[in-house]
Amino acid sequence: MRPMTYQKANDARAAVQALAAAAGGDAALTESSIQPLAGGTTLIDLMKLDVMRPSTLVDINPLAGSWSEINLENGNLRLGALARMSDVADHPEVQRLYPVVAESLKLAASPQLRNMATLGGNVLQRTRCTYFRDVSYASCNKRNPGSGCAAMDGFNRMHAVLGTSEACIASYPGDFAQALIALDATVEITGKAGVHQMPFAQLHKPPGNTPEIETVLRPGELISAFVIDGRWPRSLYLKIRDRQSYEFALASAAVALDVQDGIVREARVALGGVATVPWRARDAEALMKGQKLDDATAQHVAEAAMAGASARQHNAFKIDLGKRVVAHALQRAAMMEI
Amino acid sequence: MSESPPSKKTSKKISGFNRRAFMAGAAGATVAVPLTARAAGDAARLPAAKDASLPVDMMLRVNGADRPLSVDARTTVLDALREYLGLTGSKKGCDHGQCGACTVLIDGRRVVSCLTLAIAVQGREITTIEGLSQGDKLHPMQQAFIDQDAFQCGYCTPGQIMSAIACVKERHANSDEDIREYMSGNICRCAAYPNIVAAVKQAASQIEKG
Repeated sequence: MRPMTYQKANDARAAVQALAAAAGGDAALTESSIQPLAGGTTLIDLMKLDVMRPSTLVDINPLAGSWSEINLENGNLRLGALARMSDVADHPEVQRLYPVVAESLKLAASPQLRNMATLGGNVLQRTRCTYFRDVSYASCNKRNPGSGCAAMDGFNRMHAVLGTSEACIASYPGDFAQALIALDATVEITGKAGVHQMPFAQLHKPPGNTPEIETVLRPGELISAFVIDGRWPRSLYLKIRDRQSYEFALASAAVALDVQDGIVREARVALGGVATVPWRARDAEALMKGQKLDDATAQHVAEAAMAGASARQHNAFKIDLGKRVVAHALQRAAMMEI
Repeated sequence: MSESPPSKKTSKKISGFNRRAFMAGAAGATVAVPLTARAAGDAARLPAAKDASLPVDMMLRVNGADRPLSVDARTTVLDALREYLGLTGSKKGCDHGQCGACTVLIDGRRVVSCLTLAIAVQGREITTIEGLSQGDKLHPMQQAFIDQDAFQCGYCTPGQIMSAIACVKERHANSDEDIREYMSGNICRCAAYPNIVAAVKQAASQIEKG
């Protein structure tokens, strides 16, 4: 790890000011020389690997007092960005009213990491692409813009089949983000100009020609909260991986349904493990509305969810697996007793 | 037979100290060098370490004791414990948060100490494997690992035990399935998993009884 200095921010204003002081304030957040430290589970790891090289860390954990709430009081769910994954996953009312949220968190990482990692940091966690994480590979457009992509013709079994570009096929590794995007969550961002909100679906940017730019966040901007409107008791997260626990998804689905008298009134589908960014399958959702969710419909929806997928040498299996995960998740959600 | 190898008993008598004492002494000797070298430098007298190359004075609370140290801001809790405080019970496996060998409790919650910066957890209560026993009386989880033969090489064991204590406290040790899921952050290359599950179950029932 390269030498760095450490500062503690005691309030949001101080944190934003310290973070915005980075030279080249318009650079991609991931490239900023000043990085916020929350749980540290991604940042410290990538600093040890020499993938991230900040000269200053601004510890924002003192903000947890006001930024770690789990609030279900107003008919919605408001989650502070510094709430720890484990605390949200274990919250009985989150489990009951938003099972997809609780499960996406519980099925991620390990108990130790969930005790450390925050929700805000979790949605910003960076890809597990081997060629990104190992600096001995010269070519990685995300780590070293313009250098090429070693994954294209490398061992790309874990890589994305949706949302890819000529520059990058690294998959987005998180789980919680799929629950957020499926439930039309809002993300609250605190910056120099104050607090503003936007749809969570607009936070992440597909790789295109600039895979080093992963979100719309600028240096000096912090995620402070997430808000999900309404209740989603008929929802779940299905995650398929190489081992039963403590592993990233090969393919996963966050689904939520509103079913009345056997007819789907509202349906949400998001995919993980198969795409470069948190992936909402809106066209697939539309096929279910007003329908009975029988096997044929689920299959139809699953096909639509993976439409446009394109595989490289080792990851074609994800297209089939993604369809099966979607179909199975929807059928299980339809049968949930709530 | 004068050339027969000495019995274990004789060997112990001759050497005068056991493996653990030897390892602890050796570790102490190696850390003494950087500590004195850093403390003697001008750097240690400067108030705020704005220069990233300078050590930072900090105070960690480990197993109930305040432990001052002057180290690089990059120092993780794991390295602080092992390299500067002589507490080598917490193990460095992967050093990337993937294996759980370095698991400690901070304010009673299990974390991986390899991804936790020491400077960021000043004033918080760090509990390591060395802080579990009361004199010669082992913590029920330590005893359970012995009773159930829950290890072979033992390298992952301190992390397993710290994690298992938290697992019980979190009420995630209610079934074999639960224990396997909530102990999945601790990898055992010897695959002592069935015995680890048995040990967690044994200790859980004792801890619950009080």
